[in-house]
Amino acid sequence: MNDQIVKLFGFILVLFGLLVFFTSKWTVFDATALNNNSLNHLTAIRDAKIKRGRILADNGEVLAKSVPAGGGEWKRTYPQNSLFAQTVGYWRGSGNDAGLESYYAGRLNGKTESISSVLGPLSSSLKVGDTLHTTLDPKAQEEARSELAGRVGAVVALQPRTGAVLAMYANPTYDPNSSKCSASAGCSYFNRATQAAYPPGSTFKIVTAGAAINTGKYSPNSQVDGNSPRTISGVPLENDLNHSYGTVSLTYALTQSINTVWAQVGVNVGTPVMTDYMKRFGFYSDPPIDLPKGELRASNVLSPAGVAYPPGSQDEDIGRIAIGQGGLSVAPLQMAMVASTIADNGNLMRPHLASRFTNSQGETVQTIRPSLYHHVMSAQSAQDINQMMRTVVDEGTGTPASLGGISFAGKTGTASVGKAGQQRTDPWFIGFAPANDPKVAVAVVLENTPNEYGGQVAGPIAAAVVRTLLQEGK
Amino acid sequence: MSARNRELLGLLPASALVIAGFAAVFVQRQNVLSNVSLTYGILFLALCLGAHVFLRITLPYADPYLFPIVALLASLGIVMIYRISATDARQQAQWFVVGLILFVATILMFRDYRRLEQYRYVIVAISLVLLVLPRAPGIGEQVNGAYLNIKLPGGITFQPTEFSKIGLVIFLASYLRDTRQVLVQGARRLLGITFPPLKHFGPVLVIWGVAMLALVLLSDIGSSVMFYGALLAMLYVATGRLSFVVIGLIAFIGGAWFLGSHIAHVHARFETWQHALNPTIYNAPLGSYQVANGNFAMAAGGLFGQGFGESIITVPGTHSSLIPEADTDMIYAVLTSEIGLFGAVGVLIGYLLFVWRGFKTAMLSSDSFSKLMAVGLTSVFALQVFVIVGGVTRVIPLTGVTLPFISYGGASIVANFVLLALLLLVSNRARRPVRQNT
Repeated sequence: MNDQIVKLFGFILVLFGLLVFFTSKWTVFDATALNNNSLNHLTAIRDAKIKRGRILADNGEVLAKSVPAGGGEWKRTYPQNSLFAQTVGYWRGSGNDAGLESYYAGRLNGKTESISSVLGPLSSSLKVGDTLHTTLDPKAQEEARSELAGRVGAVVALQPRTGAVLAMYANPTYDPNSSKCSASAGCSYFNRATQAAYPPGSTFKIVTAGAAINTGKYSPNSQVDGNSPRTISGVPLENDLNHSYGTVSLTYALTQSINTVWAQVGVNVGTPVMTDYMKRFGFYSDPPIDLPKGELRASNVLSPAGVAYPPGSQDEDIGRIAIGQGGLSVAPLQMAMVASTIADNGNLMRPHLASRFTNSQGETVQTIRPSLYHHVMSAQSAQDINQMMRTVVDEGTGTPASLGGISFAGKTGTASVGKAGQQRTDPWFIGFAPANDPKVAVAVVLENTPNEYGGQVAGPIAAAVVRTLLQEGK
Repeated sequence: MSARNRELLGLLPASALVIAGFAAVFVQRQNVLSNVSLTYGILFLALCLGAHVFLRITLPYADPYLFPIVALLASLGIVMIYRISATDARQQAQWFVVGLILFVATILMFRDYRRLEQYRYVIVAISLVLLVLPRAPGIGEQVNGAYLNIKLPGGITFQPTEFSKIGLVIFLASYLRDTRQVLVQGARRLLGITFPPLKHFGPVLVIWGVAMLALVLLSDIGSSVMFYGALLAMLYVATGRLSFVVIGLIAFIGGAWFLGSHIAHVHARFETWQHALNPTIYNAPLGSYQVANGNFAMAAGGLFGQGFGESIITVPGTHSSLIPEADTDMIYAVLTSEIGLFGAVGVLIGYLLFVWRGFKTAMLSSDSFSKLMAVGLTSVFALQVFVIVGGVTRVIPLTGVTLPFISYGGASIVANFVLLALLLLVSNRARRPVRQNT
């Protein structure tokens, strides 16, 4: 009988081996998946005990803070309600967060401050996170909202020299203090400033001009054919009102935004070079900004079926892309980066929202330094385009954006959207000021308007936001 | 070193654990708990020491490791229960005293435990009555679809199946001692399979019926696995025929499968086992809320655990529990959450050591009854650990049995002390030096 007892013990050992295996499975191998499971309240309960760091505007105004909620728990509140929602985001626990709250979640949650003992982390319940100082200017943000006046669209303002995001606002938005958000109530988590895909229209002519001038194929004084219509990719292309301008300079063609000229320039420069310059300006990649990947969209070219072409595809209609149509789909942040590149002598700085972190004692623990993303073109080429853009506001399509005593370099855009003949447009304006010493670069777009022109509707919004930022001493 | 001195030495880890554990929980929750509660630890140690002195006098040759292992497990249990509910810990301490009284009584009454054989039919009858008692109107109580408890006057609930398991083991040990020869010799081969003779196999079939009855009447998969597993283990040791075990397993699995698909409660347990993280099943009444949160608690524990008192058991600010039955069914999950994979494996090793000493006792015994009883008691103990830990860790569907000596529960602690007493009695006889043999 003893033989059987030994075998029986062997069997029991196997059973206990199963118990050890399954215990390891839950505690170690599957632990991460279990901790992140949406049914798991433990993470949320633990998160609620963390006093997260605050998020501040550049003037110290509080954008997000944790207030006591009783029982040792903390509740996140957003004193500015919806004004900074798209950049600051919200925090409702790990995995249920957005914006800077999500991107810098680790820093804002901080580390355990007290020492754990052998008996377990007995007194470490209080965690305090670092404070995030942003580059956002509340006055400009407020101005962007009031200028948009409820219309669907987006405003992005950058500091060209550093890439600091001075303002980023889009309609519709949401209230981060409320977990309710329904489209019918005019609420959306979609950040049009970084996620939307608009045809950039004539604002894209700045990119075309960059490729044309920096490669040496054209200069601001090059004489070009401004007649209409012109056949591009086998299909006739007309100027606005089918106006023929005769032979004009490249500067004049930008000032008057002559489509046939820029389409021919794009074709002459060619798809490979155009694609190269688009990449230099940041197209085809997610913008290198400190926001979660899910809240960004890489600007690109879509086929008529809505599928993205691979960069430089021969199927693209490069002539129409050169005037910001032909399936080109860009986010407002991307066009602000284009304006910023010209403003900073051809240097594209990484756009960023965070400027520094301070700990609970107020000491700076990390500073986000400006960094170069791409050197897009020579300073001379950038200066040439800067000059051309000044004439757009001074005497061309952008005159409604005039800042009076301050020179404003800009470019208008009026992209046709929807079916032909519906007369729907996405009006744009991009630019920077002061033109001789740029402090602010800006991009403004309105969505799906009844045939409104960029210079008429987007220009004044851009001017108002730039004026506010310059008055703020930016 | 004499056996009893080794036993005394073995109590040291239990003392260390109980002192450190109580201190840790007290430090963490001193705003809620009064320092009087610290005396529980001292009281507990005094009781263990008392039992040790008693064993020194009555069972000088008994296995020296069984009692310290139990003390270690029980001390961990009392710390865990104390950490979950101070009220429950006080009651558990009272049950611990009752358990020790029955432990002493069992040893004093059955110095010659072989007398138990004379009462085997009485014992099996009482066991069966105890088994179906929770279904009796008036005193039975349904918990989560299963009938496990009876209610005694004074609001005490009691799980009588804890005692049935001991009674059934005693009966089977006695019965198989008598029939093991004929079971083997009378076996017939049919279609290449060896079948036991039906005439002598009757009572074994009765136990199969009992296990099925536990399933149908009590809807209790856990108890039926325990009883039936112990039966097969004893049958295997008694006859050495694996084919009997295989036939028995097929009969059991067939019955369980049939019932599993026809009894809603048993079926639901299978669903929650297989699809614990499915949101629909998670939110359903009698769904996988308990099992899934047990998994989450274990995940929070990781390798080394969060420390005593750190696991979150109730939703903060409310009285609704995040881990229902935290100090009974789910105590292994809480334990793993607080002392981690390493601690949990340590506990399992503790149980394995107990099982090893139990089987060792069986192997040292000279007569079949002693061997079979030790094997049966040890197997039923090991299977109980497997059923509840396996249920919590989702090796098998979760059913409500206690984790021996650790879970909160009066019947459990008392019955397991009786089980320990019987094992020590067998061991004392088996290890007695030959020249002193009477």
